[in-house]
Parts: sequence; structure tokens; C-alpha cells
Amino acid sequence: MSVSAEAGRRRIEELLQEHQERVFKRWLQLAASSAGHGDRGDLTGQLREIYQALKQSFTDSGDLSDLRGLLAELSRSRARHGFSPSETAVMVFGLKEALYESVEADGSPEALRGFIWFSRIIDDLGLFTIESYAVAREKVIIDQAEQLLELSTPVVKLWEGIVAVPLVGTLDSARTQVVMEKLLQTLVDTGSEHAVIDITGVPAVDTQVAQHLLKTVVAARLMGAECVISGIRPQIAHTIVTLGIEFGDIVTKASLADALAHALRESGVDFVRRRTHVAVRTEER
Amino acid sequence: MDRVPVLKLGDILIVSIQIDLQDQSVLALQEDLADQVVATGARGVIIDITAVEIVDSFIGRMLATIAAISRMLDADTVVVGMRPAVAITLVELGLSLGGVRTALNLEKGVALLNHLEGSKIASVTR
Repeated sequence: MSVSAEAGRRRIEELLQEHQERVFKRWLQLAASSAGHGDRGDLTGQLREIYQALKQSFTDSGDLSDLRGLLAELSRSRARHGFSPSETAVMVFGLKEALYESVEADGSPEALRGFIWFSRIIDDLGLFTIESYAVAREKVIIDQAEQLLELSTPVVKLWEGIVAVPLVGTLDSARTQVVMEKLLQTLVDTGSEHAVIDITGVPAVDTQVAQHLLKTVVAARLMGAECVISGIRPQIAHTIVTLGIEFGDIVTKASLADALAHALRESGVDFVRRRTHVAVRTEER
Repeated sequence: MDRVPVLKLGDILIVSIQIDLQDQSVLALQEDLADQVVATGARGVIIDITAVEIVDSFIGRMLATIAAISRMLDADTVVVGMRPAVAITLVELGLSLGGVRTALNLEKGVALLNHLEGSKIASVTR
């Protein structure tokens, strides 16, 4: 049997070589019909490269690494043009149909046996395009998540010695960790003794989020800085009390402005309101 | 065994920890510090842990113990220069160092002690 399988394999290689133009043209036709739109010249070039690499891989005793590289590239470029991964896979599978016509014309048992072997390889390659699509997609998602994490945690300086962290979005453990580290590092770098954590943009506060906030405040205290938590909306205040979360002696304020005023007072800054322009104008009249 | 030096600056004692602390050296430090506070009549102790990168519950307890000893001898303790990673670790360990004052750096620590002393005198004269 193994002799026969070997013979079938050789026969397929011969067919791929002899009927090269015919098989390739048919494949291109099938691919173009499934593709529908897009740059046809580009597609021809890519398919020809893949076809050559496939033939090359048979002579190189089944080394598919070159071919896989080409397919990954194809999968990426087609994904960019808005094709679904299954469309790309179907295009690769089209090579089976294209070759089958030559096998049928040949009609020998070796060719039929070889075709089974060939189609298994093509199946693998088709699945590989889907896999590389998923890998590329996953990488994009991971990159974006990282960027989001970086973007969403700015530490801003409000005054000499006062920094603020406006938190926006849901707080989870990973994000809180980043916020915490960044805030504490900023306290050291700028020598700020006051920090305001503003949670106006946090949609919900549960026990876990509260726990994270408390930890941040205590850590800042250990380093010699005081934290004020601001931006607590009425519903959130209600939730916190209902959940029985104790904020202890941590200062909480309703708005960022109140927190800033508190921090300024604590750091010994006095402010007086000057007569406003509006008042001056009315006096003149 | 490495001994941690205790420096005197005016009526403040400064301890800068720059070695990996062993149990023995911590005990020696506590004794030295108590002796020095009594001998010099210091009113404040500053423990600088800027160089400490790794903490465990033992070091956390050491800081609290030193603060307690100093308080018995009527000196305030300020821990200065704690790194963010160290602070996070202590919080995760559940140690909040109650009774220990903290400051961001040595300068602010000295300022804090002077402020505390100032308010003490003010309350006595009032």
C-alpha cells in the first residue's frame, strides 16, 4: 500500500507540473468568482507565488514553511480588504477542485490515491489561513487593550504639590494596579503631598472597586501623601452605604472642585475672591 | 553583622537603611536607637527607606516597633522615602503602619517634625 501511496504522490506532482497552466487558470477563475471584487492582478501574483511554493515544497521533501509564510501574508492582505477568513479558506480549497479536473482526465488509480493525499494538504493549508487570521486579529486586540490601559490612566498636576487621577470607565484589578502604580510613582517624581482620585467617570462602584480605592489611598499614606476621593455621585454614595463599605477617615468630596479646594487648604494655600468684572461694570453704570 | 548607623542632626536622629536587614541587625538598630534617643534627648526620629526595595511583614513590624519605642521616649517617628512598590506590598500584606508618620522624602520629613514640634510648643504656651 505504501508503495502505491508513494506513486500517487509522484503522480500528483507530475500533474501539477504538466497541467500547470490549466490547473492554475481554473484555480484563478474559481478564486476570482468567490472573491467577486478586488484587485485581480494582485490576486494572480499572489496565487502564482503560492502555486510555485506548493510545487517547491513537494520537491523539498514536504517543507511547508515558505508556503505558510505566503499564506499568512495572503490571509492578512485579504483580511485588510475586508474578506472573511472563510472566504480566504474557500479560495485555497478551490485548488482541489481545479486539480480534480486534471485527475479525472488522467483517470489512473495512482492519481486518485494521490488526490486524497493532496486534498489533505490543502485542507491543512486552508485551516492555516484561518488560524493566521485569528492570530493577527488577537494581536490587534491585545495591542488595543494595552493602548487603552495606557491612555485611560493619566495623572494630571492641578497645583504645585497636588495631582489628580480622573478615572473613566470600569475599574478592574488590572487597571487599578496600573492606576495605583502610576499615581504613586507620580507622587514620588513630583514630590506631591496631595492626590485627588476622581471617580466621576466610573459607572459603578462595588465592594471590589471600593477595596481597590482604599488600597491606593492607604499605599499613598504609607508614602507620606494624602488622598481625597472625589466625584461621588448620589447613586454611588447610596450604593456604598447600602453595601456597608467603610471609608474610615478617608476624605471624600462630591466634586473635583471641592477636592481641590480641600487639598489647597490642607497645603496651606489661602484664596480670596476678587470683585468680579461683572460687579465692576454694574458699579460703573 | 552589619550595623545601621544612627546620625544626629540637631535634635533629630536619622537612620538611613541601605543594607538588606537581618533579624540581628534590626534588633541591634532598635537598641542603638533607644539608647541614642535617651542620650541625646532627641525629639524626632527619621527612618529613611529610600534604598529599601524589598519588604516583608518582618520589616513592616520593625518600623511599627521602632515607632512605638520612640513614642515611649517622647520622640516622633517619621518614615520617609518609601517606594511605590514597597507601599503596594505593605498594603497587600495588610500592614497599614498605624501610628507611624510618613513623608515623601527626607526634606519633607524634617519639615513635618519641625511642624509637629511647633504645634507642641504652641499648645503648651496656649
